[in-house]
Amino acid sequence: MSTVVLLVITGLGLGALYFLVASGLSLIYGLMGVLNLAHGSFLTISAFLGWEVGRRVSDGTWLGLAVSALVGIAVGAIVAALTEYLLIRRLYERHIEQALVTVGLSLASVALFEGIWGTDPIYTEKPDWLGQTTVILGAKIPNDRFLLIACALLVLGGIVLFLRRTRYGLIIRAGVENRSMVTALGIDVRRSFTLVFAIGGAAAGLGGVLSSVYYGYVSAHLGSTLLIFAFIVTVIGGLGSLTGAAIASVLVAVLQQFANFYLGGTGDLVVVIALAAVLLVRPRGLLGKVA
Amino acid sequence: MNDRQTLGSARQTTDAAASDSTTAPAGTAASARRPLWLALGGTALVVLLALLPLLAIDIPGVLPGPTYTPGTLQLLAYAMLIAALALSYRMMFGLAGLLSFGHALFFAAGAYGLGMALDAFAPVEWPSELIFLVSIIVTLVAGLVLGATVGALALRVTGIAFAMVTLAFAQAGSVLIRRNPGGATGGDEGLALDITNVPDALVGVMNTRNLYWVALGVLVLVYLVVLWVEKSRAGHVAEATRENELRVRVLGIRPYRLQLLIFIVASVLAAVAGMGYVLLQSGATPRIATVDFTLNLLVIVVLGGVGYRWGAIVGGIVYTLLDQRLTALAGSDAIAALPDVLRIPLSEPLFILGTLFILVVLFLPGGIAGIPQRMRTGRKQHPAEAEETADA
Amino acid sequence: MSAPILTVRRLSGRIAGQQVVENVSFEVPATGVTALLGRNGVGKTSTIRSILGLIDRTGEVTLDGHRIDRLPTHRIVQQGVGYVPEDREVFGSLTVGENLRLAERDDRPRRDFVAQLFPDIHDRRAQRAGTLSGGQQQMVSLARALVNENRLLLVDEPTKGLAPKIVDEVAVALAEAARTVPMLLVEQNLHVIRALADRVVVLSGGRVVFTGEAADLLDDEDRIQRYLGVHDADAAAEGSSR
Ligand SMILES: Nc1ncnc2c1ncn2[C@@H]1O[C@H](COP(=O)(O)OP(=O)(O)OP(=O)(O)O)[C@@H](O)[C@H]1O
Ligand SMILES: [Mg+2]
Repeated sequence: MSTVVLLVITGLGLGALYFLVASGLSLIYGLMGVLNLAHGSFLTISAFLGWEVGRRVSDGTWLGLAVSALVGIAVGAIVAALTEYLLIRRLYERHIEQALVTVGLSLASVALFEGIWGTDPIYTEKPDWLGQTTVILGAKIPNDRFLLIACALLVLGGIVLFLRRTRYGLIIRAGVENRSMVTALGIDVRRSFTLVFAIGGAAAGLGGVLSSVYYGYVSAHLGSTLLIFAFIVTVIGGLGSLTGAAIASVLVAVLQQFANFYLGGTGDLVVVIALAAVLLVRPRGLLGKVA
Repeated sequence: MNDRQTLGSARQTTDAAASDSTTAPAGTAASARRPLWLALGGTALVVLLALLPLLAIDIPGVLPGPTYTPGTLQLLAYAMLIAALALSYRMMFGLAGLLSFGHALFFAAGAYGLGMALDAFAPVEWPSELIFLVSIIVTLVAGLVLGATVGALALRVTGIAFAMVTLAFAQAGSVLIRRNPGGATGGDEGLALDITNVPDALVGVMNTRNLYWVALGVLVLVYLVVLWVEKSRAGHVAEATRENELRVRVLGIRPYRLQLLIFIVASVLAAVAGMGYVLLQSGATPRIATVDFTLNLLVIVVLGGVGYRWGAIVGGIVYTLLDQRLTALAGSDAIAALPDVLRIPLSEPLFILGTLFILVVLFLPGGIAGIPQRMRTGRKQHPAEAEETADA
Repeated sequence: MSAPILTVRRLSGRIAGQQVVENVSFEVPATGVTALLGRNGVGKTSTIRSILGLIDRTGEVTLDGHRIDRLPTHRIVQQGVGYVPEDREVFGSLTVGENLRLAERDDRPRRDFVAQLFPDIHDRRAQRAGTLSGGQQQMVSLARALVNENRLLLVDEPTKGLAPKIVDEVAVALAEAARTVPMLLVEQNLHVIRALADRVVVLSGGRVVFTGEAADLLDDEDRIQRYLGVHDADAAAEGSSR
């Protein structure tokens, strides 16, 4: 029983990270048809800069972590918005080329990160409490899981509120469903593109700082690894669906944890098989719009 | 020719660059003669390449040494294998418009397949030559089966979803290789080639020139197969599908089987290049199965020019040489003396290549191979404009 | 006759490299309803979408004397063009109220006018538009255009697939709208055309083959059959209202 609880909560924590990456990917793809392979780099740069600033302010304390998180969010948002503005926008509606540009950006940026911070992971400090455990139903749960889950819930709530309560949110929801009809109502949908990139980048930035807490290190490849799972999550959840991304994040991460524990560390493979199965049975994903 | 006519309307509006210059609208006497010239030029080029190991050509800054030295031959052979792989990838992406993120899987299947087959057959009491041949055949069959399976599944979805499924399968393959099941793949360390049954002529530094010729042979073989597929009915239909899937369906053609055929052929060709690779490198590392490796292929094809067959070859060779030279440059004293702001980016080949790639996509849509065309027509070309159909 | 509100000159449009509108020229007068007619698949929808810049187009389009053929879609609409697309295109995942709010361009949207015109959907503001009936969705689509002051309405087959009773309701709403704003109307239902249209433009093979007073066409059995491919007005009405 305690093992199951541990696996579920750890899965939820990992799912929180997946969600922070996948939410932006899914919104960006849903609204703009852009497959953003540079999303992992948004995460990595935020993790590095968040860590650099946080440790200078106060290493290994809550204050330092809070500063890291704020810096990470800001960096993610700014870098993502710049990417949209300088690269993606120039290739308006040319989806393959847009994807190609993000491929180039991801390769170049990872190389740059390696040049600056080296190829090996850099171990990071975190507040003491996050390194301890709490006993729930007999299971010793590392405390950082709770932080991840809480942050992901906050982000989910924030994005949902934004989408439901603001005019931009309305435009984005409508645009995901039928972009050309939004323009045919006299709305410049492109303005919301930058915004969506910024929001996605901010979520990924927070995800970067939190993944350095979860894994205990920062590295130039932090983003690439998470990005692959975020892709899988996005497709399973349905491209363009925020709720789908949230549900799929949890499903994928929990499934992965259980397979790793009970099926001899085959978590990654099981996830890929799950993806193939979902695509064959339901190509548009759990909650995706009809293709 | 008849097929060309039925689908002609789909082709006539596409830029002539999207196929090769040899398939430019036929009918005029001048263009009828061009394929002959190209064939002759190509043959001459192959002969020249075949003679390289016997010559002492030195291009400082581009090649590490004279062309007869093993180091240079090794590099050139590697570049040709990458070019062959890129050629097979271009057939899928450039011709059929299938954006796959999993092509590395089949290259790795060829490399690891041959390595593991040789390993598995090593204790068998057959003549070495037979074992070598059987290993190659087994690997080819395995590549075929893998390509057919993955292709049949992945092609059930289109566009971005197709890209994702191929990525997922490649990721699964990559994980499997790293996991080292039954000690077969060597895990993170990589696989060392068991040379017991490899012909002596293909082993050792002294025989690098033989491996070079093998690589050249692989490149020529892949080129001819790709050429044949492109000229075939399947190639034309796949190309028309990329341009306008709806139209092809209206004509009563189901593109699925033809796309699958192209997927399988590309996969087997990638496996062939992979076999050349494992012999040349005397082993394989898990790097060749990663998504990054496929992304590099994508860079090569786009850099060379998606619209052109020889673009993939130029891209493959330029990319490999650039990568190698940039790495050498990164370690040079000139770079070490620079201030950090310049030194760090310049000492990362992938940073430079990635940036170059972005610039090509933004400002040079035809890639390197498209430059002559651009200079002639002076207008922009977007050979990769397949997104309308890819997204449908 | 006063200056036309919309002039279309040598308009061509292409979808995925295929020409679907070919060198079309016509005008829409500043008052009344102009019907754009033609057989199925002749390019009526594509013509309207070309005018709006929703598909690649070349040629010259002016709205009230000003060129709009280089503007992006949203700018054209902002000039005062209301668009009711074929197949309604309501946002199914949004509520009726959200659909309408999204469409409001003006500082003072005509919410009351729309509420009076379509009391049924006004009562369903909180319902998801995807769960509405076809007729109700058509009302939402019309309401989205009518909630703003327009200089021109482009309405594409508003009665397609609707029951006769609903067709009448839609026609009444269109007539009400047409009192104040000129309209280019694509319509298959000859009853509706008879009731609303002042002038007609007929497309065939992607080109304009007839322009003139509605009566000239509608009183001529032979022309109706030749241009629209139907034998008799009543049969056509039956057919298209299913
Ligand atoms: N997305 C598309 N891709 C390719 N061809 C298209 C596309 N949409 C429309 N067409 C073609 O363009 C032509 C004109 O279509 P359009 O919808 O404008 O006709 P229409 O007159 O509105 O027909 P209907 O009366 O059925 O509404 C048709 O031949 C159609 O097949
Ligand atoms: Mg129509």
